[in-house]
Amino acid sequence: MAEYSAFSLLKNALTGNKDWKPAWRKPDPKASYDVIVIGGGGHGLSTAYYLAKEHGITNVAVLEKGWLGSGNVGRNTTAVRSNYLLPQNTRFYEHSMKLWENLSHDLNYNVMFSQRGCLNLAHTPAQLDDYARRGNAMRHLGVDAELMSVDQIKRLVPALDVSGSARFPVLGGLMQRRAGSARHDAVAWGYARGADRRGVDIIENCEVTGFLRDGDRVTGVSTTRGEIRAKKVALAVAGSTGRVMQLAGISHMPIESHVLQAFVSESLKPIIDTILTFGMGHFYISQSDKGGLVYGGDLDGYNSYAQRGSLPIVDEVMSEMVALFPGLARVRMLRSWGGLCDMTMDGSPIITTGPLPGMYLNCGWCYGGFKATPASGWCFAYTIAKDEPHEFNAPFTLDRFYRGLIIDDKGQGATPRLH
Amino acid sequence: MLITCPYCGPRDVIEFTYQGDGNRQRPQPASQNLDAWNAYVYDRLNPAGDHNEIWQHSGGCRAHLRVVRNTVTHEILSTEFARGGHKTESRS
Repeated sequence: MAEYSAFSLLKNALTGNKDWKPAWRKPDPKASYDVIVIGGGGHGLSTAYYLAKEHGITNVAVLEKGWLGSGNVGRNTTAVRSNYLLPQNTRFYEHSMKLWENLSHDLNYNVMFSQRGCLNLAHTPAQLDDYARRGNAMRHLGVDAELMSVDQIKRLVPALDVSGSARFPVLGGLMQRRAGSARHDAVAWGYARGADRRGVDIIENCEVTGFLRDGDRVTGVSTTRGEIRAKKVALAVAGSTGRVMQLAGISHMPIESHVLQAFVSESLKPIIDTILTFGMGHFYISQSDKGGLVYGGDLDGYNSYAQRGSLPIVDEVMSEMVALFPGLARVRMLRSWGGLCDMTMDGSPIITTGPLPGMYLNCGWCYGGFKATPASGWCFAYTIAKDEPHEFNAPFTLDRFYRGLIIDDKGQGATPRLH
Repeated sequence: MLITCPYCGPRDVIEFTYQGDGNRQRPQPASQNLDAWNAYVYDRLNPAGDHNEIWQHSGGCRAHLRVVRNTVTHEILSTEFARGGHKTESRS
């Protein structure tokens, strides 16, 4: 498949755009592979891409039960940031940020990564102190962070209510200027194309229905398109982790699946050119290139495998938006949808070997998996290829919960719906 | 989603606080069985289907309830008082 370039664009334009080839093949599954990656979302596809690119492992199949981009990679609100407090998270997400910064070039596919910044608003002096601390922790590890005053924020986001008479007045904020957003579908398609070009088979409409075992060892999977054997079976199924692990006979995990809703408004002229988060609730908002406001809030708050939410959260999210931007009260909501979030007990992910021999596990992305897509695949590929974790994902084990090594950035304890 | 509280009748879900997996076994307070404590604090049955869970009617009578709810359809199959809260080990 040819490189995309200004030249190929011109050539195809002159020939009536009749000669574009599909970005990836639609192969039938082979009887066996070196590695099977279950889950054709962002993380599964990037895992396959980095297996091929970094480790030369190209006899790989990615199995997707639906079509590419039908899960969370097409359902998130596209924020990319690395503004964490704890060093384990900061190192990992900053690695991801660095991969994002070169991703379009690396994939030869425009993922429209736009570093428009992410601003966390503070509404109490204590919260501002807390943000200063987090900003210092970030800068200590080489990540950019900047404490902004109300005047600076007012200039950056003129539509924001900074009057001081708001119910929760804005006292300042923590800005990460390198944060931003990306076109989420393009991330899935770009990784799929990149993996496919290196020989990876991407098999859509192929649902895993069970695991093939030799004693404890996982030796393959049975699927709706037949049995497929593999030396290594890697799971990157996010919200369906509980369901797939139960197929492997593991009933209990330090994970609960929850539903998170997201919303898009009708298109507006440019009004918010950064990603903004509300500090007195759970609300975040940005504006897409098409002009729609993209926003979301809290989880619905109870276990769910339904990819749809309920009305109380819609009400809460809208109230929070209007609290920040009274001028948006009459903007109409265009669409809303829900995605499954695999919430762990400490709010941090799991990328590890095991828990069964021959199995590799990537899960626990809570509601922050999109920004992790490059580093998640990069670290997971390393772990699969070398049978040991890279230093970036070494802290994200499954047994950390039982060894007192939890990574709880929010300090919330083992209540997943609060992370 | 409506939850039928045995005291108060059918009420909107916003009146309730979710307390999660109702299958967990809380060890006796003096227990030194680390695995049992770890399992109680961190492990969850996370089924796609019927789920046995604890809710509190925090915006109403404040009773703790054991609810069986389908996590795929959100249909509520049964509601009863939780009594002892989470399950406890039998004393021996």
